Amino acid sequence: MAIRRLKLTFPTDLIKEPVIYLLGQKFEVITNIRMADVDEKTGWVVLELEGEATEIERGVAWAESEGVRVDPITGDVVEG
Amino acid sequence: MSYARNLRCRECSREYPLAALHVCEFCFGPLEVAYDDAAIRSAVSREAIASRPSTLWRYHEFLPCEVESAVDIGAGFTPLLRARNLGKALGLPNLYIKNDTVNPTWSFKDRVVAVASSRARELGFEKLACASTGNLANSVSAHAAAAGMEAVVFIPDDLEAGKVLGSSIYEPTLVKVQGNYDAVNRLCAELAGSHNWGFVNVNVRPYYAEGSKTLGYEVAEQLGWRAPDHCVVPIASGSLYVKIRKGLEEFAQAGLIDPPKTRMSGAQATGCSPVATAWAEGTMNFRPQRPDTIAKSLAIGNPADGYYSLLQLKETGGACASVDDNEIVAGMKLLAETEGIFAETAGGVTVASVKQLAASGRIDPDELVVAFITGAGFKTAEAVVDHLPAALEIDATVESFEAAYDEPAEVPA
Repeated sequence: MAIRRLKLTFPTDLIKEPVIYLLGQKFEVITNIRMADVDEKTGWVVLELEGEATEIERGVAWAESEGVRVDPITGDVVEG
Repeated sequence: MSYARNLRCRECSREYPLAALHVCEFCFGPLEVAYDDAAIRSAVSREAIASRPSTLWRYHEFLPCEVESAVDIGAGFTPLLRARNLGKALGLPNLYIKNDTVNPTWSFKDRVVAVASSRARELGFEKLACASTGNLANSVSAHAAAAGMEAVVFIPDDLEAGKVLGSSIYEPTLVKVQGNYDAVNRLCAELAGSHNWGFVNVNVRPYYAEGSKTLGYEVAEQLGWRAPDHCVVPIASGSLYVKIRKGLEEFAQAGLIDPPKTRMSGAQATGCSPVATAWAEGTMNFRPQRPDTIAKSLAIGNPADGYYSLLQLKETGGACASVDDNEIVAGMKLLAETEGIFAETAGGVTVASVKQLAASGRIDPDELVVAFITGAGFKTAEAVVDHLPAALEIDATVESFEAAYDEPAEVPA
């Protein structure tokens, strides 16, 4: 089992969509939200995903294909 | 001795030991170093600091590692210059330039890496690592060499030759990563979790970030133990911008200066301006961006300290400018032509932002303003090389010179 800590950022048109619910339904991953801030324009959720590494990868790829930006919780680690 | 006591979550204030940790296990908030402030206050004095060597280690009581075993290649205590010519051009008679281009590897990253490498060695790491688009890789490679540590630096495979050379001369393991920026970012975040290395900007980040405070200390000392009225700081991850103010506040807490009322303004490139965009829209939720700018050292689309930068803009009454690539080049040239300082693109962003903020009235002409120039121009020579006048090409004769040189010859008296 693997654990990934990620920040999901939602564009305005996905604010009303139950993306995290679907992530847990479509893939064999446990979603554990730690912090979040969502308003009518944008929103982000910091969460932990637990599951097989390949299943987490599939889940992340699906979320990105839906238009969600997925980043490590540390933000950008590539610095100038 | 170090007065660091523990790591503390910036969000929920939970405390952790001084280990290689960077996020809170409960809320995933960032961890910061907390100090014994009372002990620092009784240990420091203006006289003691002023008597020490001209490096950032003169402020060692405020840093999270032991000065006796610090990795010291001479980072810090760079010049603070009264920029009369640039100030005149921008209508700011009290403008100063903090010139961090003259650090050992020619950027402010030497400050953060000096602290990170020192702490990494104390924590027992034998390898120092980072993911970088240039400046950070240069500094990590140099400090690891001096510290007798191995360096592993990850860079995008399309990095400019000069920046690659600036690392490879110190013989690190240089890893060129194929793929887009997000792919490189994700790979490095995962490697930091799976390898027992001192990743300076990941698992050693709380210590690394402390190095930026020294810019605040230095400016206050160099101004005669006072805080500036207004700072203009380039924003990449936002850490530098936040920590300069922290440095000023810690100096006040230690009784070295009066409490600062400094307005903190930010500078971003339009092609990567998540903080400037959120600030302009009046929201505290920045949207990550895909960077597209010549200011690659500021090209952080999802800044770790983006939220805290927005908070600081609000708290201090600062403003956040964003400037396009043409303005960046013009800013680099203006700084060089007026003050004799050749800065990299990030410096062009800062100068162009000062210009924009002054023109829009966001900076008061009466304010004592400090603009932070964070890296040297030879690192990004490609950005300006096509915008400079050509040399005069002549035969080795006086006639050829006089014909080419557009000014009548003067006869010596």
